[in-house]
Amino acid sequence: MPKYLLRRTLISIPVLAGISAVLFTILALAPGDPFEELATNPNVPAEVRMNLRAKFGLDDPLPVRYARWVVAMARGDWGFSFVSRVDVDTLILQRLPATLAVLGSALLLAILIAIPIGTYSALRPYSIFDQAATTLAFIGFSLPTFFTGLLFILLFSIHLDWLPFIYRADISATGWRWYWEHVRQAIMPVAVLGLFQAASMTRFMRAAVLDVVRLDYVNTARAKGLSEGTTLVKHVVRNALIPVVTLVALQIPNIFGGAIVTEQIFRVPGIGSLLIASILANDTPVVMAVTFIFSCLVVVSNLAADLLYGWLDPRISYR
Amino acid sequence: MGERDLRTLLDEVRRGRLSRRRFVQMIVGLGLTAPMAAQMLASAGLAQAQSKWTFNPTKRGGGGIVKTLWWQAPTLLNPHFANGTKDQDASRVFYEPLGAYDPDGNIVPVLAAEVPSLQNGQVAKDGLSVTWRLKKNVVWHDGKPFTADDVVFNWEYVMDPATSAVTVGQYRDISRIDKLDSHTVKLVFKSPMPFWSAPFCGPTGMIIPKHRFQTYKGDKSREAPTNLKPVGTGPYRFVDFKPGDIVRGELNSSYHVANRPFFDQLEMKGGGDAPSAARAVLQTGEFDYAWNMQVEDEILRRWEQGGKGRADIVSGGNIEHIQLNTTDPWTEVDGERSSTKTKHPVLIDPAVRQALNVLVDRGSVQEEIYGRTGVATANFINAPSRFVSKNTKWEFNVDKANQILDAAGWKRGADGIRAKDGKKLKFVYQTSINAPRQKTQQIVKQACAKAGIDLELKSITANVFFSSDSANPDTFPHFSTDLQMFTTTMTQPDPQRFMDQFVSWEVASKDNKWAGRNPTRWRNEEYDRAWKAAETEMDPVKRAALFVKMNDLVIQNVVVIPVVFRPRVGAISNRMRDVVQSGWDGDFWALAYWSKQT
Repeated sequence: MPKYLLRRTLISIPVLAGISAVLFTILALAPGDPFEELATNPNVPAEVRMNLRAKFGLDDPLPVRYARWVVAMARGDWGFSFVSRVDVDTLILQRLPATLAVLGSALLLAILIAIPIGTYSALRPYSIFDQAATTLAFIGFSLPTFFTGLLFILLFSIHLDWLPFIYRADISATGWRWYWEHVRQAIMPVAVLGLFQAASMTRFMRAAVLDVVRLDYVNTARAKGLSEGTTLVKHVVRNALIPVVTLVALQIPNIFGGAIVTEQIFRVPGIGSLLIASILANDTPVVMAVTFIFSCLVVVSNLAADLLYGWLDPRISYR
Repeated sequence: MGERDLRTLLDEVRRGRLSRRRFVQMIVGLGLTAPMAAQMLASAGLAQAQSKWTFNPTKRGGGGIVKTLWWQAPTLLNPHFANGTKDQDASRVFYEPLGAYDPDGNIVPVLAAEVPSLQNGQVAKDGLSVTWRLKKNVVWHDGKPFTADDVVFNWEYVMDPATSAVTVGQYRDISRIDKLDSHTVKLVFKSPMPFWSAPFCGPTGMIIPKHRFQTYKGDKSREAPTNLKPVGTGPYRFVDFKPGDIVRGELNSSYHVANRPFFDQLEMKGGGDAPSAARAVLQTGEFDYAWNMQVEDEILRRWEQGGKGRADIVSGGNIEHIQLNTTDPWTEVDGERSSTKTKHPVLIDPAVRQALNVLVDRGSVQEEIYGRTGVATANFINAPSRFVSKNTKWEFNVDKANQILDAAGWKRGADGIRAKDGKKLKFVYQTSINAPRQKTQQIVKQACAKAGIDLELKSITANVFFSSDSANPDTFPHFSTDLQMFTTTMTQPDPQRFMDQFVSWEVASKDNKWAGRNPTRWRNEEYDRAWKAAETEMDPVKRAALFVKMNDLVIQNVVVIPVVFRPRVGAISNRMRDVVQSGWDGDFWALAYWSKQT
């Protein structure tokens, strides 16, 4: 197992290097300029802009810029944002709590909904409950988050006036009020993301349980007199979880992708909104760092999924 | 009534024979506006009438929190590095200039004890210097006193090329600053400066503390901790800042204006989009103020019906206009399209330009597209009122366009498109991707088709169109098409900088990497002379006349076709009080005076 881990880690290094080279080239080829706003402002002399470009190394040829980035990154220096002139790692660390809070809760919500509903649907296939769950799941994953997000805002904020639709990471209240305010503003973004993921996860769970529940060892478990509950939890659900774990692990980076849209709609100051703002401002160091983290997450979560298989199903071995 | 009559009247006011009020009444009787009359009086040195705020609360604090929303999030808090208005506005919460600009473009003292003028002798008659007396007893948020040294330091800080301050354009004309005493400075200019308030006033005039920044000048400017934790003189003290997300401030208990400010806390949340920001103020009332409502007027009106808030519209100097290329964009000379060595094959004919001018249906553009947020105009300079030409008017007249073109010998071909000497009236008309602009393009195209002119519409992503990328031919300074349309902004109440986009030495070309400010490449000696004369003309009336002349030259020669001028639109909760906006300064120019109904 440690050998396997080492081998997988070594393989991921060239993969990440390749990803970073492609990302950097695409960003450099994309049109635009971080000092665009200065260009259209009549009061800013052109020399200032030229000076800034030279100072931040934007006029150097692409290979030089890439090499400089790789060397700095290897030393742990992420560079600084052209737009805010703040170190990139500071910016990302500032955004991390909001993203983790919202996305973590959303994933948790998705799991909490999907596993019981999926299992129950599978145990009583084609019952009214199953039909209803299936219909809702299909509706759930055919609606994109930008649509449900706006729908929620219209309904809960504008018509009913129950929930705020602008997320504020700094809430000045203290004690219980602080928690309450945080929960209130997180309800909509978490629900939007969580329900979207729960929809597909429910279908996976249902299919997996349906497969497992017919197998002989489940009958054996029942025949030897185990209670229905024990059979379900220990024998059915545990085995059925294997494909679902893959899904969850592979969805972790995807949640970040979905979060760009949701964060933008609800103004959640997370990494997704940092990325989109940086892309719009052509702030290469920040875009590079964030996308690079995304790619690391994809690589790492793939590895994590493979390792979790082994824990859930000891028959799978690593070579 | 000509210039001389006006001068006689002003003279009578000066001698006391005519009251100020009577003068204003006479001017209004002549069909001019009251602010214009006030302007004339002010520029003739007769009244330093300062805007008065109504301010309801009588004590400092107790107002709770004021929540504001900027859909572009502020990214830095050093006014000398501001990338755009969002950063200037965020800095303005903490930092202040010597003077601010009110809605009419007049100076209101902030850190200055009084406004310099020719009358009080603080503006030199030759325009070569201006003396600012600073307000005493102003302290920085850390308790240190604000003095003349801070003012001098700001100039030195900005002028250091290694600092790369974006405000340098306002400070370059100063040759030295003399510190006369601890609270008086004298700015000496290199040449006569009619617009002597460019440095140290308005959004680019904010003053940062010397004791916090003196070790971080030039190359080390990025490392100053105060860049992210501002220490200013403003009504609110710094609490927290997350770049791209939120700025928070709390009441400054030692603010230099008595009984101000009203709110205990201030929050400036950034990000998202303009329509949802408008909703948060107008529909749900979650926020008290939102910046720059780039939302269709029809929608704003619908949301205002709820009675929670209103759209606040103030006129500024932004003009949406169509530029006509004077050079040939379709011939490449020395690797450059639209080179000044060429002439546009068709647009050199004044008849074609005149015809295009009457084919732009500005009325429909205003009515169908912009509503209150875009007003049809014939002028390039639309504010402040003293610089606005009365000699121009716009019309939409397809028949007239047809007559002009017929008379000039442009005959319709079999395809309905006019031609002369084998040259067809076919143009490529470009603009950035933005729904109102595409609709405007359609309106113009349809009208042109009726007059036998064929327009090919081109739209370019804003990221490219407005970039300064010298390698991309699709940017607006490259102007590689016949016509193009965008909004150009006049950020100061003085049109000098704004009007440099027609002077011959600012022509955008390969030589200056297309950083020149004149994309139409129009060159006119008369215009150049007028511009240079205005640069040093100290008589306000003569100077205004020069700008009117420049405007008229541009309009008569149809160098550009103005479409609509675009006022600034903010969204304000109906519970807010005393929120006065100025088109010449940041949204927070009078932040200390804001209050709220409880």
